[in-house]
Amino acid sequence: MNWLPEASAHASRVDILLAGLLLISLAVLGLVFGLMMLNIIRFRVGSRVPVSAETVAHKSWRFEIGWTATTLAVFFALFVWAARLYVLGFQPPPGAIQIYVTGKQWMWKVQYPGGQREINALHVPLGRPVQLLLTSEDVIHDFSIPVLRIKHDVLPGRYQSLWFIATQAGAFRFYCTQFCGIGHSRMTGTLIVLTPTDYANWLGRTPASGSLATKGEALFIHNGCSGCHVSQPYAPDADDTSRAPSMVGLYGSEITGADGQHIRVDNAFLHDAILHIGPAHGQAAGYATRMPSYRGVLGEEDLAALIAYLQTLSPSRSSGMGVSAVSARKGN
Amino acid sequence: MAPTPGLQIMQRSYLWQDGTVRSWLLTTDHKRIALLYMASITAFFVLGSFGAALIRLHLISPTGAILSDETYSRMFTMHGIVMVWLFLVPSIPVTLGNFLVPLMLGAKDLAFPRLNLISWYLFIMAGALVVYGLFRGGLETGWTFYTPLSTDYTQGRVLPVVAGVFLSGFSSIATGVNFIISIHQLRAPGLTWYRLPLMLWALYATSVIFVLATPVLSITLLLLAFEHFFHVGVFDPALGGDPLLFQHLFWFYSHPAVYIMILPGMGVVSEVVSTFCHKPVFGYRFVAWSSISIAAIGFLVWGHHMFVAGTSLYAAVVFSMLSFLVSVPSAIKVFNWLGTMHGGAIRLDAPMLYAMGFIGLFTVGGLTGLFLASLASDVHLTQTYFVVAHFHYIMVGGMVSAYFAGLHYWWPKITGRMYPEMWGRTAAALLFFGFNLTFFPQFILGYEGMPRRYATYPAQFQVLNVLSSAGASILALAYILPLIYFTWALFRGARATDNPWQATGLEWRISSPPPVENFITPPVVTHEAYDYAALDHPDAAPRAEAPHV
Repeated sequence: MNWLPEASAHASRVDILLAGLLLISLAVLGLVFGLMMLNIIRFRVGSRVPVSAETVAHKSWRFEIGWTATTLAVFFALFVWAARLYVLGFQPPPGAIQIYVTGKQWMWKVQYPGGQREINALHVPLGRPVQLLLTSEDVIHDFSIPVLRIKHDVLPGRYQSLWFIATQAGAFRFYCTQFCGIGHSRMTGTLIVLTPTDYANWLGRTPASGSLATKGEALFIHNGCSGCHVSQPYAPDADDTSRAPSMVGLYGSEITGADGQHIRVDNAFLHDAILHIGPAHGQAAGYATRMPSYRGVLGEEDLAALIAYLQTLSPSRSSGMGVSAVSARKGN
Repeated sequence: MAPTPGLQIMQRSYLWQDGTVRSWLLTTDHKRIALLYMASITAFFVLGSFGAALIRLHLISPTGAILSDETYSRMFTMHGIVMVWLFLVPSIPVTLGNFLVPLMLGAKDLAFPRLNLISWYLFIMAGALVVYGLFRGGLETGWTFYTPLSTDYTQGRVLPVVAGVFLSGFSSIATGVNFIISIHQLRAPGLTWYRLPLMLWALYATSVIFVLATPVLSITLLLLAFEHFFHVGVFDPALGGDPLLFQHLFWFYSHPAVYIMILPGMGVVSEVVSTFCHKPVFGYRFVAWSSISIAAIGFLVWGHHMFVAGTSLYAAVVFSMLSFLVSVPSAIKVFNWLGTMHGGAIRLDAPMLYAMGFIGLFTVGGLTGLFLASLASDVHLTQTYFVVAHFHYIMVGGMVSAYFAGLHYWWPKITGRMYPEMWGRTAAALLFFGFNLTFFPQFILGYEGMPRRYATYPAQFQVLNVLSSAGASILALAYILPLIYFTWALFRGARATDNPWQATGLEWRISSPPPVENFITPPVVTHEAYDYAALDHPDAAPRAEAPHV
């Protein structure tokens, strides 16, 4: 059996943490088993080792406070180490490639910004930040890539995000690790890390039915979004925002909700707003008409395309803005 | 304490005084109810183990050896549900606890004997519903019933099983209420809180969790059924519900439930270690209060099951810190047991071997718990075989070892017969080695990334899986052996004396098996707990100062 590779800097850091935990565990285990054995040898009835008159009964509180304090100190140090790695390791850098991954009983559907799609395979370039936007069409799944030491549950009806920079080319397995029904163990796939040139070649080779944003633009018109939301080429009255907010420059901006809370418009926010109607987030104040819910009308793949299109309407804000916004809202 | 000869004739053992089936089924004697429970949970344990055996056999081959994906999923679901709710949660409290709480308190029975009997009937009805669901098709949700898988995406018999688990909760609550009130109200004269055996402190803490946590499970399952029947959106996102809400509510019960399972085991180990070292438990008050603090902090750590589920970053950090905190009292207990052994007069009879197995395996389980309480490493290890190995070290290595330790230790008191000592020691050693061979490879499998609940797996994992399955066969032997020799000992074992282990505690002052009314004359307690000096030199005056903290 091959030892599990470390395919990112984060993976190496997690392995160092695991090694630290392992060392401490071995030390404690050695202490517990060692003391147990020593006690048996010295104090067993019929033992030939002479027992001296030492007893510790009366000062026992010193031992109690001693080992309680030591345990607390060691545990707290471990907590800080692991929590720091978790928090820092989940702050995504700007400019990541956004790839949409949709779980469905029992397969993973992957959509690239250029419109390429595949099933149960994920191609990424070496050394570039990649952000996965994960959602599910049915039950809860979990997207796990052991070589990168990351995983996240994939929930129906909302986006979760994972990001990484792969540092080792090759093919590695990814798994669904949240039990999702009888086909659970078949819901696996291959992560293929390619050098940037190979990646570009692969993108060029793979047939794409127009980019994700182009597909989203068609959906934007087809579903009547452009009737209310002003979007330069399709709205006759380009400055009429009385019925609904303009989509130009919206992505990545901060809006104020009804309760005065500042909300960053990111992928997860747009996803929720389209499915659960704007007012769920309290940002619809001032508009006469309510936006209908598109639940059941737009599938997850359509939503990914639509959001990719809305991003193109905020050209000054790179997709990297959306990355950090997702992390701030969803906490990873 | 020995009764006068005249009284001895009047004493009749609770076991044989009236042998009719009716007298057993309608008994309110806590000792007989304990045996009814013991027979029931043994049957469920056999059923659950059967599921485990099929799982391990299936996983010998990467493509799955014997079962279809569907049957495999139903098997591990059955294994989990039966083992958790019909064996582990009730196990020590309803068997040894029912038998011992009144005896250790110096009482005639529990505070509410009829409630005790009702709890058994509730438990049997719960078990019947679960078994009905499992045999009329079964279900494939895992024991965790995560939504929306369990509501919209399964053809299985979720509802009867959920109803069964719901009912078993009421059985738990009844037992918990009974223990709490008994320990408050029925202590013999002179039996102050700090003179209670540590088993009672542990059972008291357990009962508090029973009473406070179980209703949350009941409410959650009720909401699940509500959503199913009336399409009220609670957990299902398609109806406007939140699937994470189910996980929060479920783990709010199910994490404290882990302490329901392990605390009574810690109580048993405290008794056994003290007796077989013939020495008071080191740091009595620390061990006692660590049980209470485990119960209290245990309510605040449920979020560590959800570090990758999509809760907030801040919640994860807080839950991680609290999870480290809850392991401190467990560490205190382990150190105190080692302190108890130091300077004692250690006898390595079967109960002590099981107890030492508990200490070792529980320590491994606790330490690997740190890997999962640590945020960054949890992300990698959670949902893999690492988690499976971790909680089996606590549940099987810890809890089942403690249960066997208690069964061997109190067997002479319960039945009036000794078990065969050599066979007992053999079974204890087999359990330790078989267990480690089964579950240690799973830690490595988990680190390598093998997800749990997989019916098939990549071929690179086969070697470790075969090792694990080989260990399971040794483990099976370690379970079958006691079943045989305990049954044999029930009829053919050597007669037990009243106090075969030279133990302290009120239960050892009465005959083995105890008379129907427990104590012919109500006992008065004049000594601290574990006062071996008073036991060895009964004529000496009680010591004025406490011999230990």
